[in-house]
Amino acid sequence: MSARLWRVGGGIAAILVALVVFIVPFLFIVFTAGKTQAESAFLEFTWPTEWVFFENIATVLENRDFLLVRAFVNSTVLTVVAVTIMVILGAMVGYVLQRRKSRWNPLVNGLVLAGLIIPPAVVPTIWVLQGLELFKTIPGLIAVHVAFGLSFCILLFRAFVATIPRELDEAAIIDGAGPVKLFFRVIFPLLRSVIVTVIVVQAVSVFNDFTFALYFAPGDDNATVQLTTFNYISQSVSSFNLLFANVLLITVPPLIMYIFFQRQIVAGMTSGAVKG
Amino acid sequence: MVPGPTRRSIVALGAGGLALSLALAGCSAGDSGSADGEVELTFLVDNGEATVGTAEALAEAFTAENPDITIEVETRPQGADGDNVVKTRLSTGEMADLFQYNSGSLLQALNPDQTLVNLADQEYVDKFDENFVKSVSTENGVYGVPMGQSMAGAVLYNKDIYAELGLEIPTTWDEFIANAEAVKEAGTAAPIVQTYGDTWTSQLFVLGDFNNVLAEDPDWAEKYTNNEAKYVDEPAFAGFEHLQEAFEKDLFNEDFASALYADGVSMVATGEGAHYPMLTFAASQLATTNPEAADVVGTFPLPGDDPESNGLTVWMPTNTIYVPKSTEGEKLEAAQQFLEFLTTPEACDIQAESNAPQGPFVVEGCELPEDVPAMVSDLQPYFDEGKTNLALEFLSPIKGPALEQITVAVGSGITSADEGAAQYDEDVKKQAQQLGLEGW
Amino acid sequence: MTTATASGRTAAGAEATAPPASSKRKPMKSPYPTWFFIPAGVFYVVLFLVPTLASFYFALTRWTLFDVEFIGLDNFVRFFQEPQLVTGFVNTFIYAFLTSGAKVVLGLLLGVFLSSQIIARGFLRATIFFPVLVSTIGVGILFKVLMDPFGGPINESLAVIGIEGPAWLTDPSIALLSVALVDIWKGVGLATLIYIAGMVAIPQEYYEAAKVDGAGAWNNFRHITLPLLRPATVTVVLLSLIGGLRSFDLIWAMTGGGPGFTSDVLASVIYKQYQAGFFGLSTAGNVVLFIVVAAIVFPLSWWLNRKGDDR
Repeated sequence: MSARLWRVGGGIAAILVALVVFIVPFLFIVFTAGKTQAESAFLEFTWPTEWVFFENIATVLENRDFLLVRAFVNSTVLTVVAVTIMVILGAMVGYVLQRRKSRWNPLVNGLVLAGLIIPPAVVPTIWVLQGLELFKTIPGLIAVHVAFGLSFCILLFRAFVATIPRELDEAAIIDGAGPVKLFFRVIFPLLRSVIVTVIVVQAVSVFNDFTFALYFAPGDDNATVQLTTFNYISQSVSSFNLLFANVLLITVPPLIMYIFFQRQIVAGMTSGAVKG
Repeated sequence: MVPGPTRRSIVALGAGGLALSLALAGCSAGDSGSADGEVELTFLVDNGEATVGTAEALAEAFTAENPDITIEVETRPQGADGDNVVKTRLSTGEMADLFQYNSGSLLQALNPDQTLVNLADQEYVDKFDENFVKSVSTENGVYGVPMGQSMAGAVLYNKDIYAELGLEIPTTWDEFIANAEAVKEAGTAAPIVQTYGDTWTSQLFVLGDFNNVLAEDPDWAEKYTNNEAKYVDEPAFAGFEHLQEAFEKDLFNEDFASALYADGVSMVATGEGAHYPMLTFAASQLATTNPEAADVVGTFPLPGDDPESNGLTVWMPTNTIYVPKSTEGEKLEAAQQFLEFLTTPEACDIQAESNAPQGPFVVEGCELPEDVPAMVSDLQPYFDEGKTNLALEFLSPIKGPALEQITVAVGSGITSADEGAAQYDEDVKKQAQQLGLEGW
Repeated sequence: MTTATASGRTAAGAEATAPPASSKRKPMKSPYPTWFFIPAGVFYVVLFLVPTLASFYFALTRWTLFDVEFIGLDNFVRFFQEPQLVTGFVNTFIYAFLTSGAKVVLGLLLGVFLSSQIIARGFLRATIFFPVLVSTIGVGILFKVLMDPFGGPINESLAVIGIEGPAWLTDPSIALLSVALVDIWKGVGLATLIYIAGMVAIPQEYYEAAKVDGAGAWNNFRHITLPLLRPATVTVVLLSLIGGLRSFDLIWAMTGGGPGFTSDVLASVIYKQYQAGFFGLSTAGNVVLFIVVAAIVFPLSWWLNRKGDDR
């Protein structure tokens, strides 16, 4: 009936709009990735006259001694570790910030916003990293990402902890749970849908970052995937075919990750309904 | 993260992360050690395909001759990010053992006296062209070795169109405009190609006119550095004026606002466009996208008012190799050996082979191959007759950073030539003040 | 070595944050311990606060990275004389309010829509999120092509239905709006994701209760969904407004602030200084930008959060 009409009709309409607005640009990337360098230089939205898609993918993978493969390993380690730290530490701060009214809250709130607003100070940060002997290392890069990603996590967690009824805390405290247990056993699991959201968003931003990697971890040993993109952009001769083959290669894994995680959000939906 | 993790598993996770990161730290440190006289050098270059290719070919040839020295090529982005990577790494003492960077005014911003190894006492410096030495020197030293050739900022033109319409190479601006009008009349090609989709391409009318500025006033560069000569005044104003004139006479291609550099080169190659003011490093783009047009695209200097002084504005090799002061001991020795290798005819041949030549070499004993494209061979007579002048960026440390936006605005009719020149003078003043020069 | 310095820092950080907790006349031990702030605080203070405060000093210097010369407020004077500054301010506000407004409205609608029982929901969610994943440079090149006035697919398609499309990125009067449009395209997936997370957090019981009361779809939206999506809205508003006010990477990739200087925003004016190697000047610009953004965002955040806490 009308619900069914909505279900199907709305879905079909949305698919059509999505096709035009999102899939067409995607096709452009695929087409360009399939062209020869000479043809791709004109950047036209056309079917390639000669498909060299797999050759291009292979070239991109092998380029500079399999740099992209090493970069993938680096980026994956970087993203997993940095996001894990960020999520746990950010949730701890967001939770206490929302639950406990103290005169330090305005200061912490202010610092959180400052963290979102102020861009990184590159050279002084390098000095600090050099002092800690973390410059040019992946752990150093992880630490910088954590420092700059925390604000976003805290903002989101702070907002969503508010949706968890305080009665749950009180019940757990009466059951004898200490602060650590209360947080990690009771609150943290309830934050699931936010956690997944934060993981997705931050994983994307860490994975897609290139400035931090460029300045704080120079050297091919530490290359991240976004830096490899730069290998195909130059002022004189540009290889747009390889550039987009590269973009495609480094966009698809996070897309798969997202599809996986968004199921988790849906799963959170049902569990949320049970709790109330 | 599915069932609430216990405290223990959190701790375990933390420890796991730490172990992992330590392991990583272990593998990223401790490279490039030197055991048994074997030296490994790092060599930072920009990621342009041609630069990387040339650098790797040179490194390989060098290692073949010196088996105990290996050179690992690292890359950085081009443009502003690349500049800043170089500056940051130099100033924090973390530069690679060798690196490639620009010569001229951009080099001066690196404080070479403080940060780079002085090469003035090396024998090979005597083999360098005098102008090149100027472009990599301060009062206290000589710092760079060229990789690649010099080039010209000139007008690329389509020889077929010229033959068809019976046009002659113009030696004055008025003749140039007359030729462009003739092409417009014929209606088959865009008279002058502009490509503001890549903003940097818009500067050629101003930068490539510098030979004519010097022809009028040989001391202009010095006066400019001393805050005595301005772009709002002739002779330098001509560049802005010409740009405005060409726009007002509607001589540009229809899509000048969005076209890209690659489009521009290809338009001249295919005859869609007749003229394209550009640097002759376009030879490399041409070889990639339109190799069949190697003999179709020629070059002539951007003309000024006086046919007598008609000549080329020349750029020194922008790829120049430097050694930072942080390179010491046996690495420094190895790096010096590599620099010396770069000045041999053998190394020059590798450079000419791995990337299309864009102009004459600046090292004595290095010759271009016979079969260079017309774009480059057309330059030779001007060099032979000495009708060349260096571009301003090699004669003065000041180049305003906003020139490309200003010339786009003038060339698109958004601002007038007067206004544009005044904006640029202001921009130059800011740059000079930032450099801490006297008299600004 | 590394761990030793790190733990040294931790101890120092603990000292700095500990006093407030202990000076609180020891009431009952709170179930919400302040030390939860410390681990995050260490990262934040060491790698964000210290370098940032250090950089504020450089705003008062002429700084080439190699030499530092103290010049007082000259950089600020210079920055306020930038010829593009007025355009930059106006453009920044237009861009920020346009993109954040659109992201809130579209994100809300799409979030509600994609939480309802429609077909192909997973596909649609993935599709809308895909642009978030593509690097800004890729998006920039992509849309330069799509929006090309000559033979670009957008204008070609418009021509089919008889509309002459504008010169999206090269017409000075609409270049900024075109970039804003692409920014919305790229960012709406993120806003939608946050709204979906917000939808998930709404207990189904509310809707069931409303059903018993015989409320219609519009009433449900108006009286249950919208108020309970408040945390999501606050987050999206703050993030997209801050993002919009200091945004420049997409503008840089698509128009470079051009044609000429017509689509320059504050952050791109600053970036150009940085690009030119005027590090002191660009730091001064960043201080100004920070003050501008803070002057808008802090009161807004305070107001939004206060209303939220009243509930």
